[in-house]
Amino acid sequence: MNASNFVEGVDFSLYMIMGISLVFLIGITVVMVYFLFRYSKKNNPVATNISHNNTLEVVWTVIPTLLVIMMFWYGWTGYKPMLTAPEDAIEINAIGQMWKWSFEYPDGKITDSLVVPIDEPVKLNLISKDVNHSLYIPAFRIKQDVVRDAGNMMWFTAQKKGTYDILCAEYCGQLHAYMLTTITVMDRSDFDKWLLTEPDLSNQHPGLTILQRNACLSCHTRDGSRLVGPSFKGVMGTSETVVINGEETEITVDRAYIIESMKNPNAAIVKGYQQGLMISYEQIISAEGMNQVVDYLETIK
Amino acid sequence: MTATALPQPNFFQAKKGIASWIFTLDHKRIGLLYLFSIGTFFIVAAGLGVLMRLELLNPGRDLMDPQTYNQVFTLHGVIMIFLFIIPSIPAVFGNFALPLLLGTDDVAFPKLNLLSWWLYIIGAFFALGSLVYGEGGADTGWTFYAPYSVKTGTNVTPTVLAAFILGFSSILTGLNFIVTIHRLRTPGMGFNQMPLFVWSLYATAWIQLLATPIIGITLLMIVAERVFGIGLFDPSIGGDPILYQHLFWIYSHPAVYIMALPAMGIVSEIIPTFAQRTIFGYKAIAYSSMAIAFVGYFVWGHHMFTSGMSGPAGFIFSILTFFVAIPTAIKVFNWVATLYKGSINIQVPLLFALAFIFNFMIGGFTGLVLGSLAADVHVHDTYFVVGHFHYVMFGGAVFAFFGALHYWFPKIWGKMYHKATANVAFVLLFVGFNVTYFPMLILGLQGMPRRYYDYLPEFHGLNMVSTFGSWIMASGLIIMIVNLFISWKNGAKAPDNPWNGITLEWQTSSPPPLHNFDKMPELPEGGPYNYPDAISHQEKN
Repeated sequence: MNASNFVEGVDFSLYMIMGISLVFLIGITVVMVYFLFRYSKKNNPVATNISHNNTLEVVWTVIPTLLVIMMFWYGWTGYKPMLTAPEDAIEINAIGQMWKWSFEYPDGKITDSLVVPIDEPVKLNLISKDVNHSLYIPAFRIKQDVVRDAGNMMWFTAQKKGTYDILCAEYCGQLHAYMLTTITVMDRSDFDKWLLTEPDLSNQHPGLTILQRNACLSCHTRDGSRLVGPSFKGVMGTSETVVINGEETEITVDRAYIIESMKNPNAAIVKGYQQGLMISYEQIISAEGMNQVVDYLETIK
Repeated sequence: MTATALPQPNFFQAKKGIASWIFTLDHKRIGLLYLFSIGTFFIVAAGLGVLMRLELLNPGRDLMDPQTYNQVFTLHGVIMIFLFIIPSIPAVFGNFALPLLLGTDDVAFPKLNLLSWWLYIIGAFFALGSLVYGEGGADTGWTFYAPYSVKTGTNVTPTVLAAFILGFSSILTGLNFIVTIHRLRTPGMGFNQMPLFVWSLYATAWIQLLATPIIGITLLMIVAERVFGIGLFDPSIGGDPILYQHLFWIYSHPAVYIMALPAMGIVSEIIPTFAQRTIFGYKAIAYSSMAIAFVGYFVWGHHMFTSGMSGPAGFIFSILTFFVAIPTAIKVFNWVATLYKGSINIQVPLLFALAFIFNFMIGGFTGLVLGSLAADVHVHDTYFVVGHFHYVMFGGAVFAFFGALHYWFPKIWGKMYHKATANVAFVLLFVGFNVTYFPMLILGLQGMPRRYYDYLPEFHGLNMVSTFGSWIMASGLIIMIVNLFISWKNGAKAPDNPWNGITLEWQTSSPPPLHNFDKMPELPEGGPYNYPDAISHQEKN
């Protein structure tokens, strides 16, 4: 059994084109090399001017035309079913942002990796919070760009249990190559159980949960190493040089600065870091949540 | 072009000094100015390519951080596309050979020609200038996809302006060639007596003229969005990123034919000369260039099959894409048929031309995979695409460029390159090329996305093979360049017509005099490749 319902159509189209191509590649190359030696200056001292042959021209126009129309047709028939998702598909929001995937299930459950039941159609509503991404599951032979406000979707029916890679195929900046997660295919009964188990976050600081949910840690580390933005380690209370409207100012990193940075990330950028890459979380994280984030930052020394 | 017995000084001797070069109006000197400026950028960008392969030798960090890697692949792409391969064959060999092939003394507008080179240099300064201040060079990829190109803090604006200025250089060259081909053919040379390289330059020039303004406007829109915050492409300020992709590919797909068609023209010159017989299917090859240029305008959507394109749009773009394969296949069949009953002189230019055919076939066949809707969904934006376009661009266009360089080397400098060394360089380039890029096709089928700084462990083996290949290729490149330099300085003197060619450039001295022909060149009887020494096929019937 194939990993998804689209493997057959895509692979047929791929292998048919590659098979026909291989025959032509080998055939033409062999003829070319044969002519090179058979009609070398030594073996054929006097050339013959043959200017054209209309029959041959017609033959090698018509045959490729028929072949490419066939290739086109199987490409189309393999692709067409991808355009319309079945009505009864399970709808999951797949959210891409620099540089993290997250998945939102109909009951509100949010996860970092995708889990789906076997043999049931699944529709992913593709949502970008920032730049273009592309959700790619190589084993399923499907890919669709995740473009902000474009309303793209993709669907599939997983047919084989297991865990497969999900990659980002559209270049999206510094950590594009690390925007990875997985899809796990399981029986319906296991899937139902999985849906009901919430990860136990009671021992985890609520501020950390917010940081994890919103891909903050893709850019800001907790161990002092530098990624895209300043590290969170020991950041509270330090003094930093920031750039406000092109002018450098010395500030102290306090609650007000962190909260303002979540709301207007480009207003006061720490010197040496790039502007423009972080989105505003004003509409995404509540005032209470922002305070919890700062509470958490105060604990990372 | 007066008939005089006095030997004229050649175009190198005619004037001396740096100003006589950088302000020259002579098409041959302008061609050489392009050769050295374009060649320098090619070497720089090839070096960046070797660095990228080195970074990808092993998973994880090998020698640079991800941000640097992203800037390096962007710079590699920007230089290779805008500063090397778009101008390459037309600007270097079009400029050098077009008036010679037409039997005339220069292009129609020599001053415009010089302006084109200066625009090229100014554009190059913008591209390089973006590297040295602020956040450094752009990290968007050469495609500048919005909204990332609008948001990133790197110097996208000067890079985009560089591409804008280079576009004007390309437009003016195209305009110049169209007028030259219409107005300056030697008496008696109709369109159907033109050498096929001229036909391919003609088809290319129309694309340069008609398609380039679109990228110009699109790039200015990016600048407007970055500088003035006008919401054109960034959805967070009301723009549409898909609109950007359409505008970008409306130019950039036809631009692929700006790169490929002149290369096909070179191959159509080299094969009959070394087969010592007429080209097979002259009209089929000439008109298929025009067909490719025409259909090539309407296929850009195949770059966007996974962008959320509607079914009917995908249907139309896919079938039109497949139609481009037909004139391309016709050319390949006619080239191979030209070898039939030839009297083939196996020399390095011919080897490059035949390597072009082999590599370009792989480039074309993988293009069929990408034109197929279902197959494209899997391999789009993977290393399969990287492999595909390097087969077309490098294995195709650049191999033809190298072929042309060896083919016209004795004409340009009056010296012969060292043949044995050139053979070694060819073999290393051909083998290294295939070892570098064939694994990429397999990596793409396995699902490795492109523009990847780091990769999953299952992709390790083939990435290592590809990196080894890049070393073989780099050594071939170094040997070829050193050989050509040494031969230029110390090579054996070459006769005016070392390949026994019958197109008009072989009737003048090597190097040619400033005004190209001391006496009026004579058109060969019965077509540009109708070799007088070959057996006439019609008479035998």
